[in-house]
Amino acid sequence: MRLFRRNPDPMGPLDYARRFWLRAIVTLTLVFLYAPIIGLMAFSFNDSRRNVVWRGFTTDYYVRFFNNDSLMLAFGNSLTIALMTTVVATILGALTAYVLWRYRFPGKAIYEGGMALPIVIPEICMGVAMMVFFARLGWPVGLPWPINLGSITIAHIAFAFPFAAIVIRARLENFNRELAECARDLGASEYRVFRDIVVPHMKPGLIAGALLAFTLSLDDFVITFFTAGPDTVTFPVKIYSMVRFSVTPEVNAASTILILLTLVVTTIALWLQNRNNMIGKSAH
Amino acid sequence: MENWKNSVRTFWTAIVPPTFWLVTFFIIPLSLIWLYSFSTKTGVVDITLDWNLQQYMRALEPVYLGIFWKSIWMAAATTFVCLVISFPVAIAIVFAKPTMRMWLLLLVILPFWTNLLIRTYALIAVLRTNGFVNWGLEWLVDHADWALSFIGLGDNMLIGPFTPLQLLYNNTAVVIGLVYVHLPFMVLPLYAALDRLDRSYLEASLDLGAGHTRTFFSIVVPLALPGIASGVVITFIPAMGSYLTPDLLGGTDSYMIANVIASQFKQANNWPFGAALSFLLMYATFFALALRAVLMRKEGRGDKR
Repeated sequence: MRLFRRNPDPMGPLDYARRFWLRAIVTLTLVFLYAPIIGLMAFSFNDSRRNVVWRGFTTDYYVRFFNNDSLMLAFGNSLTIALMTTVVATILGALTAYVLWRYRFPGKAIYEGGMALPIVIPEICMGVAMMVFFARLGWPVGLPWPINLGSITIAHIAFAFPFAAIVIRARLENFNRELAECARDLGASEYRVFRDIVVPHMKPGLIAGALLAFTLSLDDFVITFFTAGPDTVTFPVKIYSMVRFSVTPEVNAASTILILLTLVVTTIALWLQNRNNMIGKSAH
Repeated sequence: MENWKNSVRTFWTAIVPPTFWLVTFFIIPLSLIWLYSFSTKTGVVDITLDWNLQQYMRALEPVYLGIFWKSIWMAAATTFVCLVISFPVAIAIVFAKPTMRMWLLLLVILPFWTNLLIRTYALIAVLRTNGFVNWGLEWLVDHADWALSFIGLGDNMLIGPFTPLQLLYNNTAVVIGLVYVHLPFMVLPLYAALDRLDRSYLEASLDLGAGHTRTFFSIVVPLALPGIASGVVITFIPAMGSYLTPDLLGGTDSYMIANVIASQFKQANNWPFGAALSFLLMYATFFALALRAVLMRKEGRGDKR
């Protein structure tokens, strides 16, 4: 154990990270953060309905998960919504980032504040606002799949694209504006500059923004809960109704799949970001 | 940055789609419930806009003031516990070796990416009457009893038979859940503040004879104060508005303001009142954010000195 091993160097006065009680607190905090999640994942393989004692390994609950039609439908709904959200939110986020990065215009501070609103206001407020909005609009229900997911997708795009805009704008900040001016001087059109100079530079930001939008949409519960109808159940909403009912290994299995999916997407995003930073650094 | 008039067409092409989306699917819905908050419910589904403050007056009734107070109190308790846990964690991360620091930061942030609902559910499995905590306690009590039987005090003479603790569906469970979810919100600003701290101050303080405790309270805390304030606000805001945690972990008396809003829109079907409560929650959020902006500006001024 690293925690208890003696380091041969004498401890300096500021070597707080090597003090026993600090290490103990960090370890306990990490246990507090991870034990519930790891326990949940581990017990999705437990061959017992009473969740607490280990009775042997089984993948039974995963088989049941894939045979559960309503769960699979909810899963499909969630993925469809997340994919549609990703496409639109990335485009809107890129346009927002581009405008805020490139132009000075009257009322810009207010505009930026407005764009930050979906990020800062409590989820519940946005959820009920969306619910009232669609009810008031007389949004048709009972449409064929996947058009019936429209209202949820619209709400997801509305809260996801400002997040994407932030990520993409951060990437644009280290863009050399002279490159664009050069291209203009050499006769490229406004659109050509955007397509051939700006977008290639934005690309890592676009990918990171897209993955962020995807996970935000896939994970959202509160806003979806208020915009979803009885026939447009998403995966988190379905898990919620199962959780309310009881703690069962099926829920553990469903949760584990969602955790792993988000984890994979996030890892890809972090890896891409890291790799691009490295490339950026070595190029300078 | 260039003036938008230099390329009017590009400017408009780029700004119109996101603005349209934000206005139509965010500002208008919010304005709609803002209007509702000044309306009266006149029938099962009829709502008349007559610009009265009735709904806001109703929010000042003792029942709802109590719930507001409770939300603030729970969020404050959460923030306090987060602060107490996060400070040593942030210190340990700042003073760790660079590679270790990356890993620790990643480990603290990673739960962020796990679904909120699933994290809350994971806590239910830990805290419920036949969950892990009670299971562990039962094991401890049984073995303690077995050990005591050697000195003739066994058979539950000294410590009674194990009764599972009711850890779920009360206010404590809600605070535990809120801490669990919001811990990274506190660790990250604290880490950022401590990382900026000039270590020679600490060395000077220790050299001049102050102990670690004194150095912490007289040097570290005052210098990291803007970061602490920022972390407190960032943790407090989402904690106060949380819906899922009190809904799943709380009992009947742990309703927080978001739960009341939800029930007004779902079960009670009183949209104007729910709308008024939503806006009160939003105003509270804006107030906290403004407070943070002021504190951050102070910090900026402090850096220049």
